[in-house]
Amino acid sequence: MANRSTIKIRSKRFADYTLVRTLIAHSMETGKRKNSDSGEPIPAHFIQTLTLTHNGKRLSECQMGFGIAKNPFFSFKIKQANAGDKITISWQDNLGLSDSKDHIIQ
Amino acid sequence: MQINRRQFVKNLLTASASLSLLTFSKISFATWLRSDFSSHPLEASLAELFPEKVIKTSRKIKLKLPRTAENGNIVPITITSSIENIEKVYIFSEKNPVPLVAKFTLDPSLEPYIGARFKMQESCDVIVIIEADDKLYQKRQYVKVTIGGCGG
Repeated sequence: MANRSTIKIRSKRFADYTLVRTLIAHSMETGKRKNSDSGEPIPAHFIQTLTLTHNGKRLSECQMGFGIAKNPFFSFKIKQANAGDKITISWQDNLGLSDSKDHIIQ
Repeated sequence: MQINRRQFVKNLLTASASLSLLTFSKISFATWLRSDFSSHPLEASLAELFPEKVIKTSRKIKLKLPRTAENGNIVPITITSSIENIEKVYIFSEKNPVPLVAKFTLDPSLEPYIGARFKMQESCDVIVIIEADDKLYQKRQYVKVTIGGCGG
């Protein structure tokens, strides 16, 4: 895997909830596009599952197809979260690649 | 054919590696179903996902969607709802080759809120279906797409 993580996580605490936003660097190829130079089809390559965990507890699992936009962006709101809590986002794609990143709420 | 020790160890490693790969892919297949994301019309997709279930239109689902999406490759959506005990949230785009865009499971410790970005092939209805207490609720909203996504 690449040295740099594909996942970016931002969190912000509000009075009633904590907003968690994540941006993932991924091509999300549909398999229907063609290379503009060679005309060869670009194989499908997309994230299938994404999980959000909070202090080890799974809060959401998202299953997606290639209908999700390139460089997927998701946001969630956690009802109860404190500073120092750990958020983990991980994904797995149709080619078996995966990545995971931890984030500490400030 | 004679197998020396080095060859035997090598074979053993390959075998165990492919075995672990097999079990790994089995797990991912269990969670991600190809049939859910197969390309057929919206009605067929709904019938397969929610067999013999009534999907009520609900005002308790609020969608924040652009009226006109200038670029079908990136359509932002924000879903909020006042329905209680939400278990799953589904996003469909009516005329996409694969109507089901994504499905989310939501833990009770999450607010009924999801933000995402998805692709739309052409102007059509976006349908969000929420599963709560074994009941289904839906909300539709038309989005006009100026430039189609999905490989257009």
